[in-house]
Amino acid sequence: MAYDTNYTGQKFKVVGTRPLRPDGVDKVTGRARYGADAFAPGQLVGRVLRSPHAHAKIVKIDTSKAERLAGVKAVITSADLPDLTNGDQAMYDMLVNCMAREKALYDGHAVAAVAAIDAATAKKALKLINVEYKVLPHVTDVDEAMKPSAPVLHANMFTEGVEPKPAKASNIAKRTEFGHGDVEAGFKEADVIVERSFRTEQTHQGYIEPHACLANVGPDGQGEMWVCTQGHFVYRNHCAQLLGMDAAKLRVTASEIGGGFGGKTHIWAEPLALALSRKANRPVKLVMTRDEVFKASGPTSSTSIDVKIGATKDGRITAATATLRYQGGPFLGIWAELGAMTSYACYDLKNVKTVGYEVVVNRPKVAAYRAPSAPMAAFAVESVVDEVAAKIGMDAVEFRIKNAAKEGTKSSYGPTYGPIGIGPTLEAAQNHPHMRAPLGKNQGRGMACGFWFNFGGQTCTSLNVNPDGSVTVAVGTIDVGGSRASMALIAAEELGVAYENVRCVVADTSSLGHNDMSDGSRVTFSSGMNTVIAARNAKKVLCQRAAKMWKIPEDAVTWEDGHAKPAGANAGDFPPLSLKEIAAAAANTGGPIAGHNEFVADGAGVSFATHICDVELDPETGATRVIRYTVIQDAGKAIHPSYVEGQYQGGAAQGIGWALNEEYVYGKDGRLQNAGFLDYRIPVCSDLPMIDTVILEIPNPNHPYGVRGVGETSIVPPLAAIANAVSNAAGVRMTHIPMSPPRILKALDDKKARKAAKAKAA
Amino acid sequence: MSGVHVSTTINGDPIDFVCDPDEPLLDVLRNRLGLTGAKEGCGTGDCGACSITLDGELVCSCLVLGAEAEGRKIETIEGMADGDKLHPLQRAFISNAALQCGICTPGFLIAAKALLKKNKNPTEEEIRFGLAGNLCRCTGYDKIVRAVQEAAKEMRGA
Repeated sequence: MAYDTNYTGQKFKVVGTRPLRPDGVDKVTGRARYGADAFAPGQLVGRVLRSPHAHAKIVKIDTSKAERLAGVKAVITSADLPDLTNGDQAMYDMLVNCMAREKALYDGHAVAAVAAIDAATAKKALKLINVEYKVLPHVTDVDEAMKPSAPVLHANMFTEGVEPKPAKASNIAKRTEFGHGDVEAGFKEADVIVERSFRTEQTHQGYIEPHACLANVGPDGQGEMWVCTQGHFVYRNHCAQLLGMDAAKLRVTASEIGGGFGGKTHIWAEPLALALSRKANRPVKLVMTRDEVFKASGPTSSTSIDVKIGATKDGRITAATATLRYQGGPFLGIWAELGAMTSYACYDLKNVKTVGYEVVVNRPKVAAYRAPSAPMAAFAVESVVDEVAAKIGMDAVEFRIKNAAKEGTKSSYGPTYGPIGIGPTLEAAQNHPHMRAPLGKNQGRGMACGFWFNFGGQTCTSLNVNPDGSVTVAVGTIDVGGSRASMALIAAEELGVAYENVRCVVADTSSLGHNDMSDGSRVTFSSGMNTVIAARNAKKVLCQRAAKMWKIPEDAVTWEDGHAKPAGANAGDFPPLSLKEIAAAAANTGGPIAGHNEFVADGAGVSFATHICDVELDPETGATRVIRYTVIQDAGKAIHPSYVEGQYQGGAAQGIGWALNEEYVYGKDGRLQNAGFLDYRIPVCSDLPMIDTVILEIPNPNHPYGVRGVGETSIVPPLAAIANAVSNAAGVRMTHIPMSPPRILKALDDKKARKAAKAKAA
Repeated sequence: MSGVHVSTTINGDPIDFVCDPDEPLLDVLRNRLGLTGAKEGCGTGDCGACSITLDGELVCSCLVLGAEAEGRKIETIEGMADGDKLHPLQRAFISNAALQCGICTPGFLIAAKALLKKNKNPTEEEIRFGLAGNLCRCTGYDKIVRAVQEAAKEMRGA
């Protein structure tokens, strides 16, 4: 059906208000059901045996003792998951990650799984599985892994993207390059050049709900799965493919999701639960422990990045380059590529070049983490931007405004921008009282910008007008932070009915066509746009029914304020018919009334933010506190402003944890040393200040309401903003994230030593 | 393993159950009694998602054995509302958008209720330290603190 998705600047009645969320009561009373909250008659407990080695050949697995233990109903190894991937390397990597085949590739890699009548029996059974390993040399550091002397993970990995194809296998999976202009010529024009290297450590999304599913496959090959996921259709497709099932025969229902942030866009233990259920002929519930979540579900990359920026004295960047090395765990990822694409997306540059290297190491498979790869790149670039501004004696915000991308700028990753919000967020920062607030002793201020693409993707939505005049919107996109409220607002706006009369549900995989995941900040953009179109389609039907009731031509009816009305004086004189009245008569005018739409949502608006941060440093302990934080971000149009603010605040808080404290710590043995919330400490309530937010609305021209994605960009600037603030407070440039107390103390000590050496030399 | 018989009171109701001697109270609540409002985020007392009160004292139910509940009074999130009347904290969490995914919410509500029982008029800092045993990864805590402030004010009749 033809439809127009362009922004029209319409005035809103309910969009932009802050009604109560529809799932609120369930979530404050304990009634909401998450991944681990489902039970099936006769269900078994699934458990996974994991490799204690970072890199080891699996010589033999003997499961016979475990199988003989009373109460054990199924034991599986990779032999129970034959390779059905048909040469698809990405699917094969997924299969290997779910269950190790010839080799265990990281500490925590699954090697076998059991299903038993209870948790105690399952645990006992794991101990009875005998795995014979041949331990191999390992590498967990991204720079070390790139050295020619490093142990090679895959004998068949030859760097993609280089000519000629390398003769030797290595851990460098792929090289990508972006940019335009002539950077060498650009650097020659520069009055000032700053070049620096940076490192960031690996962090986890840290969702509070561990991965959990309840799988149930019958002897007829039909199955169901209840699972916490950001994309139940994608989970269905991937699990079905790996297990050789028809997608139609695996019905996946998404539970409420207890946080994902990208980590629940990938399948982990779900295929194991299905395989166990198929073998045991019983439902199997499999819930990861927190330790397993850290060790075996995807964190983000650790990185090593070099940045070089040149500028003229009057504040114009003449050339900029970056080399970005991101580890993706043991498999080829797209992480360095995303870093290389986003590095300079905020700026209008004549000469720019970025090169990304995807590197494999013996760590867990990297998963998306909120604007994946952009925060690390922004940290490196925005640190150097600050330094260049300081060197030419220009205010850091002014320097950025001078070089900011704008409508018509050819972005560093290729496309030319439409209307964008980087300039306005910078100007809002410049004018914000936060920028002028006085600072105390040991305090410093920093600011930084961030960019994220946002995504549209495949979307399928159904809107049903019920006989009583209430409205159900069935979406296939998981609600990760309040999107059901936004969809209900949009449907209410379009139909002219009360918000309370609309109920939005996330339908299972058998009830709608395929929907891509809740990723790329796409839900309010794409499912929101689809809800607009579905509602408009329903309105056409409502008008047709009114025409029938009035016995006038269909095109003589128009929809206004929740009512069908005659289109003009010539159409006839009829009192308006409400949606409720038309719905009540539906049985006699043609049956149920619905609107439906499926499409690929194109035109996701790129998103920009500027953050301002004040920190206080304790020079004795090296501890840093964030004492004030302001997020300024373009939302396009905030459908439910409270949940837009929530995204801004949540992203900033995750960024603060990443910048100051969070870090995967590996021992020399290649084992993760801090796989728990005690030693991997995410920010708690007493660590943070209030997080102030400013919502800018620069409409996305490609969405009827002007919506841009808002979920991810908020995590892009914090590492850089905080690093700039800490560097200003400490008087020394911080180049290694997290800026934990030992690293800050070392930086302060090094500064003292340099000063002393200088004094001595003088 | 032979079971332990335990008599207890949960949300005002007399409840008997049999559990393994080494079984955490959280598992009893969730798996034996169907009270899944308390969540397991870590199983090691670091996240607070399984918060309940035991004789009025705030505890992580993953760190208490089911057998220890003998003769004691347990309150869980399922008992927080009075019938269809939500507790002021529950209302304030919804109206302040103090939850996104909501997995930590039951624990926060139980912990906040315990905090306000001890301190009817906490400062922002006292709220922040009072809730420091509960992890939230979605909100950045801003709206949670505001919700607790608003509920405290309402409960004081201010």
